[in-house]
Amino acid sequence: MREDGTLLYLDGVSVSFDGFHALNELSFVLDSGEMRAVIGPNGAGKTTMMDVITGRTRPDQGMVIFSESTDLTRMDEPAIAALGIGRKFQKPTVFEPHSVRDNLILALKSDRSPWFALFARETAAERARIEEILTTIGFAALRDSPAAALSHGQKQWLEIGMLLAQDPRLLLVDEPVAGMTDAETEQTAALLREINRTRSVVVVEHDMAFVRALGVKVTVLHEGSAIAEGSIDHVSSDPRVIEVYLGR
Amino acid sequence: MKTAWTTPALLVAAVAMVAGMNLAVPASSPLHVSAYVIALAGKYLSFAILALSLDLVWGYAGILSLGHGAFFALGGYAMGMHLMREIGARGVYGNARLPDFMVFLGWHDLPWYWAGFDHFAFAALMAPLAPALLAFVFGWFAFRARVSGVYFSIITQALTYALMLAFFRNDMGFGGNNGLTDFKDLLGLPLQADATRLLLMVLSALILAGAYMLCRAIVSSRFGKVLVAIRESEARTRFLAYRPESYKLLVWVVSAAIAGIGGALYVAQVGIINPSEFAPANSIEAVIWVAVGGRATPAGAVLGAVLVNLGKTWFTGALPEAWLYALGALFILTTLFLPRGIIGVFSWGPRSRRRVEPRVSAAAREVTG
Repeated sequence: MREDGTLLYLDGVSVSFDGFHALNELSFVLDSGEMRAVIGPNGAGKTTMMDVITGRTRPDQGMVIFSESTDLTRMDEPAIAALGIGRKFQKPTVFEPHSVRDNLILALKSDRSPWFALFARETAAERARIEEILTTIGFAALRDSPAAALSHGQKQWLEIGMLLAQDPRLLLVDEPVAGMTDAETEQTAALLREINRTRSVVVVEHDMAFVRALGVKVTVLHEGSAIAEGSIDHVSSDPRVIEVYLGR
Repeated sequence: MKTAWTTPALLVAAVAMVAGMNLAVPASSPLHVSAYVIALAGKYLSFAILALSLDLVWGYAGILSLGHGAFFALGGYAMGMHLMREIGARGVYGNARLPDFMVFLGWHDLPWYWAGFDHFAFAALMAPLAPALLAFVFGWFAFRARVSGVYFSIITQALTYALMLAFFRNDMGFGGNNGLTDFKDLLGLPLQADATRLLLMVLSALILAGAYMLCRAIVSSRFGKVLVAIRESEARTRFLAYRPESYKLLVWVVSAAIAGIGGALYVAQVGIINPSEFAPANSIEAVIWVAVGGRATPAGAVLGAVLVNLGKTWFTGALPEAWLYALGALFILTTLFLPRGIIGVFSWGPRSRRRVEPRVSAAAREVTG
C-alpha cells in the first residue's frame, strides 16, 4: 500500500501529569503506508504518545489528526478503534479463558453493538478470514487451545493476529519483542514487514538491533519531544541522540 | 457429554419426582414428601433464580453486585401488591377499595402507583420490569462513569440499603415495616392450599429451567464471549472498539429482570414481603450461594443456592446461633479449597480445561482490594 498523503498528524501535543511533562510540544507525521520506529529512553513519552493517539489520554493541547480530517482528541477509545487504529500493548493482553480462535473472532472487524453480538452467527467469510490469520501467524494447530496455555511469545503473536483480524489502517505496536528469543524477534520483524505491505505501522521499541532489522525511518523521543528523525544510521550519529542515550 | 439441556432436564425430573412423592405416595410411607418440604423446595427454587441472575453478571461480566437482593425484593413487592389487591373486601377492615394498612393509616385513595396491580398480568409484567428499570437507570450512570470493581460493589450495597430505608417508611405506601402480607389467593387459587403450593413449586422449577436456558444462550453467544473479555480486561475490549458500558448495561438489566421474577415467585410462596428483604446481608448471602456452587457456571449457581439454603434450614433448626459462623466458614473454605465451587469438583475431563471459570479467590481479591 503506497498511497500519497499523511495518515497521522500530531502537532504541538502536550500532556502533563501532576506537573510532569510526559509530552512536550510533540510533532509527528506519518505517511500512508509507512512503517515508523519510535525509540527513546524510558520516560521519553513513547507510551503516552500511543495513549494520546488511541484516546486513552486526552492531550492538554495540540492537534491529533487521522486521515487528513478526523480530530482524534475529541473521540474515545472504541470510536478511535472503530476508525481503524489498532494497538498492541507492551504486555501481551489476550483473553486468557478464550480459545485462540475465539480471541480472533472477538477481534474480527464487525458490528460491535451488544444486540448484534447477542444474535451473531459466524459467517463463512468470517471463518475463512480466521483460518487465513491462523495461517499467517502460524497458529493453525493451536486454534482450540485456551490463550492462557500459550507461551509469552505466542501471546504476543496472537495479539498481532487479533490486530490483523481488526483490519486496521494503522497499527500501533508497543515493544513487540520484549521478552522474546532471538529467533522469535527475527520472525516478528518479518511479520511486521509483511503487515506493512498493506497497512501503516508505528513500532515503539527499545531493542536497537530489532529497529535496525526493520530498516525503516526512526523517530527519537526525549523528554516528550522528537529530537531526531531519519534512518537508524543517521539518528545514531546525531550528537543529541548520543548524548541522551550515553548520558544516562 | 453435557449439553445445554442436561441441567434443566435434571431439574424438571427431580421436581417431577418430588411432586409425585407428594401426590402419589401415601402420607404413612417414609418416601412421602410433605407439604412443608414442597413449600421449602419452592422457596429454594426462587432463590436459585436469584443466584442464576447474580451469576450472569458476576460470573461472566465480573460485575460483583452486593445489591441483587434489591431487584429480587422489588419483583417480590410487585407480586405482593397484586396479592394485596386480590384480598379485596376480605381484609380486617372489609374495605374493597384499599388494603388494610392504608385504611389503618387513614388514607382515602389508592396511590397512583398501585393502579394496575388489580390485574395479575400487570403485576407479572412489573415483577421483571420494575427491577429492570431501576437497574437501567442505576447502570446507565454507573457504567458510563466507569465505576467498577469494589466501588461498584459498594454502591450496589448502598442502593439496596437505601431502598430498605425507603420501604420502611409508612408514607411510601408499601406497608412500611410490616410490608405486605395476609394474602388470600392467587388467580382464585387459595394460597394456603397444598395443591396451590405444589403448583407454585412446579411453576418455579419451570421458570428456573427457562431462565437457565436463557442464561446459557446469552453466555454462549458472541455477546457472552465479549462479557468474559470485559471481565478479563475491560480496557483491552475498548481498544477492540467494543463499548463495555453498553454490554454491561444490557446484561445488568436482564439479570435484574430475572432476579425480579425470582422475587415474585418467592413472595407468592412465603406469603409475605417486607423491607427486610432489602437488607444488605441478603444480597451478600446470594453471592455466597454462587461462590459455593461455582461461579461462571449457571448450574453451579443453582446448586449453590439450593445446597446452602438446605444447610441454612437445617442449621437454623438445630443450631440457630451457629448459622452465621457456618456460613462464613463455608465461604472461606470454598474460597481456599474449592476455588471453582462445588461444581468444579464434578467438571474434570478435557472439556473442563476449556471452561471459562474464574477462580473465586480472584473475586475475593477484588473485594479485599
